[in-house]
Amino acid sequence: MGFVHRRRRGAELFLLVLALVVGIGAYAAVGLGVEGTVPADLVGYGGWLTALIVAAHVTVRLVAPYADPVLLPLVAALNGLGLAVLRRLDLTYEANGLDQHTFARQQLTWMTLGVVLFIATLVLLRDHRVLQRFTYTAGLTGILLLILPFLPFVGREINGARIWINVAGFSFQPGEVAKVMLVIAFAGYLVLHRDALALAGRRVVFVDLPRGRDLGPIMAMFGVSMMILVLQNDLGSSLLFFGLFLVMLYVATERPGWLVVGGLLFGAGALAAYTFVGNVQNRFNFWLRPMDYYDDSPGSFQLVEALFGQGWGGLIGRGFGNGFPERVPFAYSDFIVSTIGEELGLTAVMAIILCYGLIVERALRIALISRDGFGKLLAVGLGAIVALQVFVVIGGVTGLIPLTGLTTPFLSYGGSSLVANWVVVALLLRVSDQARRPAPRLEPVDDSGADSETTQVVKLR
Amino acid sequence: MSELTLFLIRIAFLAILWIFVLSAISVIRSDMFGARVPETARGGAPAPSRKSNGKPRKPRRGAPTHLLVVEGENAGIRAELTDAPLLIGRGSDAAIKLDDDYVSTRHARVAASGDEWFVEDLGSTNGTYVGPVRITQPTTIGLGVQVRVGKTILELRK
Repeated sequence: MGFVHRRRRGAELFLLVLALVVGIGAYAAVGLGVEGTVPADLVGYGGWLTALIVAAHVTVRLVAPYADPVLLPLVAALNGLGLAVLRRLDLTYEANGLDQHTFARQQLTWMTLGVVLFIATLVLLRDHRVLQRFTYTAGLTGILLLILPFLPFVGREINGARIWINVAGFSFQPGEVAKVMLVIAFAGYLVLHRDALALAGRRVVFVDLPRGRDLGPIMAMFGVSMMILVLQNDLGSSLLFFGLFLVMLYVATERPGWLVVGGLLFGAGALAAYTFVGNVQNRFNFWLRPMDYYDDSPGSFQLVEALFGQGWGGLIGRGFGNGFPERVPFAYSDFIVSTIGEELGLTAVMAIILCYGLIVERALRIALISRDGFGKLLAVGLGAIVALQVFVVIGGVTGLIPLTGLTTPFLSYGGSSLVANWVVVALLLRVSDQARRPAPRLEPVDDSGADSETTQVVKLR
Repeated sequence: MSELTLFLIRIAFLAILWIFVLSAISVIRSDMFGARVPETARGGAPAPSRKSNGKPRKPRRGAPTHLLVVEGENAGIRAELTDAPLLIGRGSDAAIKLDDDYVSTRHARVAASGDEWFVEDLGSTNGTYVGPVRITQPTTIGLGVQVRVGKTILELRK
């Protein structure tokens, strides 16, 4: 190997400064656009944001010096921009006399918690391979977290989806933590069993189909995601979990056969859901003919308003304060991209999608250069979470696919999602630190006397 | 606030956003191939560890001192880590010579890099396992971590 990776912490600092300019600049632009003056708390707000980012950067310098230099700035910029957009919505909600107009403040609190957990993850977890020991523990925890909202007392239903728990006054979506747990579980499981999944099977018309008995895990995962769909009424998470498993299975085995099997299963599941779950049917109708259901209840009112907003935003948007994103009821969570599309236009939406693209590219890059199978699968899985989530939610808001509720990572209001995504980034940085660190230098061996002809081969069976 | 000022603010913000994205891409581009290893670091003195100045390496407290066969035909055989790198195998030149039919002549090697000990498989027939995992690259081992070659299990001990 002729090269080593440089640490690039200076480049990271430079990008972080730019990211802070994006975040604080957006906050100032919101004040100027909506209120006509620079917001009074700009220094306090900017100082807090800077402190958080600097703390994260210093931690990376100290405990993960070889980590990828681009991930943290991308995340910081998205989070800062999201905070500014939430602030912009808050100002309008306040002017309209709505009760809830402190989304930005709460989001900043959650971001603080997210950065604290980010730092804790990097400091406590010095080698991601330790996580492989907790394969089944993580899987069990993940499943339990998914079941948690159904339990009496703690479970809570908000907006028709039973995905929340209520602990000590805080509501939390355990599914967001579950997805990180499940990535760890899948990575640990697949790295050990991928040979069985990859080699056995028969070939039918150019496609290697897997063996019947190896279908167990994929059927189990299919069952879990169907359970989420039917019981929790949450189409987005169901898609996310099954898609995540499928991507990791494909990457682990390098066999398109699994994609065929998974695609068929998913098609069958989607068809069944379409036939039997009214909610899903509605979503499809709204997607195909949004204008027809504008006045219905439940109707496509929200989606249509979002599409109008994005259309009105055009290429460079109306400017902060000159749009009407408050016409979309969930402008602060699922529809935040339509808010950005309306006020900053296609130019900003493209930049945001590019940022997500870069995050996913970095995750796949980390997987490529990682030296151990577990790290590779972990990085792919974490990248796939971001990719699937962004595709599902931005695709839904822009009308590319039927709309399903998921949060836009780092942008949307939502504490559980933000905290979980900061941990995802910490894990990615940990894997990349291990991967980019120069390989241990061991002197080359002289192989001249080597002959292992007389060595018996261990019988595998 | 005039229309024009707001327009300029909007354009300026979009410009900042794109400057950020493009700088991120340029950092990725310059990072694509890493940096060349300086010749002095690559070809020069073996294991240029910062610690190897002067006196022979004195084991820190809590650092492993020897490699011990804990299970298999040759249980009890040990080799001092001061003689590292240690070759494990059936060959006569191995530091730990095993009479295990499932071990290759030159099976694996234990060597140090800085403060850490690594085990490296030397292309053996049956592989080297750290815990349940067959290793494909030099892998760090700590005290008491079981390394399996053939039917033999070795451990670093204090």
